[in-house]
Amino acid sequence: MQKYWKEVVKITEFSVQKYMRSLRQPFCPGCGLFSLTHAFLKAVYELGYENLSKFVFCSGIGCSSWIPSPYFMADSIHTLHGRSIPVATSIKLLRPDLNVVVFGGDGDIVGIGLNHFIHAARRNTDILVIMGNNMVYGMTGGQVAPTTPLKTRTTTTPYGSFEYPLDAAKLAAVAGASYSARWTTAHPKELKEALKKAIGLDGFRFIEVITQCPTAFGRKAGFRNVGEMLKWFKDSAVLVQQADKMDQEELEGKIVIGEFVERKRATLVENVYAIMKEAQRNGK
Amino acid sequence: MHEDEEKTYFWSGNEACAEAAIIAGCRFFAGYPISPANEIAELMAKKLPKANGIFMQMEDELASIGAVMGASWCGVKAMTATSGPGFSLMQETIGWGFMTETPCVIVDVQRLGPGTGQATKCGQGDVMQARWGTHSDYMAIVLSPNSVQETFELTIRAFNLSEKYRTPVILLTDETIAHVRERITVPKKERIEIIDRKKPTPKDRRFFGLEDIAPMPAVGEGFNVAVTASTHNEYGIRFTADPLIHRRLVENINNKIRKNASEIEDVERYNVEDCQVGVVSYGCTSRGVYEAIKEVEKRGVKIGHIRLKTLWPFPEKAVRDLAKNSEKIIVPEMNLGQIFYEVKRVACNVDVVPVNKIGGGELITPEEIFAKILEGGSQDN
Repeated sequence: MQKYWKEVVKITEFSVQKYMRSLRQPFCPGCGLFSLTHAFLKAVYELGYENLSKFVFCSGIGCSSWIPSPYFMADSIHTLHGRSIPVATSIKLLRPDLNVVVFGGDGDIVGIGLNHFIHAARRNTDILVIMGNNMVYGMTGGQVAPTTPLKTRTTTTPYGSFEYPLDAAKLAAVAGASYSARWTTAHPKELKEALKKAIGLDGFRFIEVITQCPTAFGRKAGFRNVGEMLKWFKDSAVLVQQADKMDQEELEGKIVIGEFVERKRATLVENVYAIMKEAQRNGK
Repeated sequence: MHEDEEKTYFWSGNEACAEAAIIAGCRFFAGYPISPANEIAELMAKKLPKANGIFMQMEDELASIGAVMGASWCGVKAMTATSGPGFSLMQETIGWGFMTETPCVIVDVQRLGPGTGQATKCGQGDVMQARWGTHSDYMAIVLSPNSVQETFELTIRAFNLSEKYRTPVILLTDETIAHVRERITVPKKERIEIIDRKKPTPKDRRFFGLEDIAPMPAVGEGFNVAVTASTHNEYGIRFTADPLIHRRLVENINNKIRKNASEIEDVERYNVEDCQVGVVSYGCTSRGVYEAIKEVEKRGVKIGHIRLKTLWPFPEKAVRDLAKNSEKIIVPEMNLGQIFYEVKRVACNVDVVPVNKIGGGELITPEEIFAKILEGGSQDN
């Protein structure tokens, strides 16, 4: 009984309200982005941040980009479609003391903004990129995305998609990220732990969150409700260590989750300021 | 470089631009290689680290202008330099900068297009792109120097105007002015006016779309500023459907430039009050006009000249003054007619005659302008 009360007290101590300007996030009922918002703010809370004054949020265009802007009680810069990472880059360079966090969807980060994503990972830019991957362009009504699984029906692939999806978490790892992980909204605890870890690390950190979009993805892809989608995430999830031992055929239709990379490498901020110091020391 | 004494140098236009930017207080530059703007980036890469500034060569122009906007929201003066094709790529973000009222300077060293055109040759084809490049209703401030000395002066003015009016400002130079080397005098420190943006007081909460120019906070200052180029109210909160909020916001940010147009407009006037023939010129093309005028005057023809240092907002009053007395106005430019139509719109009861030349970076010669001035009779335009 005593233990139970401890749990309750602990839960009530945390509220997303603590960090938000408004609770009226504009997402559809059943949207996975509510879970992502919760997981992120819970991670911030558990890390001991009383408010978001040490954070700056950059986002692009799309549903995921509306997570921080303007709902978080923080500095938030809502940029153009695909351009959140360049804006975040210069902010981090000029204000290395702030935690710069990018929120974006799969279309924003690895569709129109893919170039910036790869280069930020290459530079090991000190930003945390959180990508809500709903495998579709949700805000515009459910068009095929670079992350849509093969043969999935969307509004622009009415007979099924004929393209292979992009593996963003793996790409970040290969391009030079310090940390890259993928979880789903059906794994809220693991997601929260990954976010906590990523906020504490340096360099380019990427967390891909497979999230359900019942409105734009579910209706065309044949899911009747949110529960079915979450069940799909749970059932098809395979840990990356396991996936390494599986062949192409076995991996078909699976969602590989877990940590793809964690490495230590000098970051962009460290490199830029080291070179600056050297330039200043060498006189003219 | 910036000393307490007046000093003379022998610089190219691009060099003068970079040196002036540092003096104006620019501490962030992001760019992507493109001819004929490269020397600006190269010099900034050399100078900025020593001035505690940051230079970034980004992966493309979209990223460059994005990084410039981010820097500006850190309270840092920022600049990028490019040419026609890169300028086209930046247009969407320039619109973002206008809507969010983000001060920054974009240098467009014009070259010949459309498309890749003649990448290293001079042209003046971006005049309309500089004005109307991004979508929807906005007003651009565009400055056009015609010498190395003026590139220096107008670069500083570009920063000052952008800080004062909280808006992106475009410095429209061209390949000729960028690469010509001339003697230039850098004035004493105290003789250069530097304007910095208005910062908010701790109590301020209204940062956007005010009738006057709103104060601008930076990130990390505790204002919890919400920046968005979606329609927003004065607190930065998004309203994507409310007609009144959109009308008020967009009208206010246009008006802050429109109402101050007379202060922004800057022209060089020559003999405007007493002339039979007028010339309206800008940028490198104006260099030939001076010589043509000398020759024409030897023949007893009275000639007036307006040289536009500000292209946008278009200096209507100056051109109207010129049109009062002259029978015809010659507009030489290295494109197939852009400022010509503006002059025609303003000087509607005067014969407006274009002199156009494109290709190979060939300048319009004084002889060509001379011939057009002396040509009699009405023109079919």
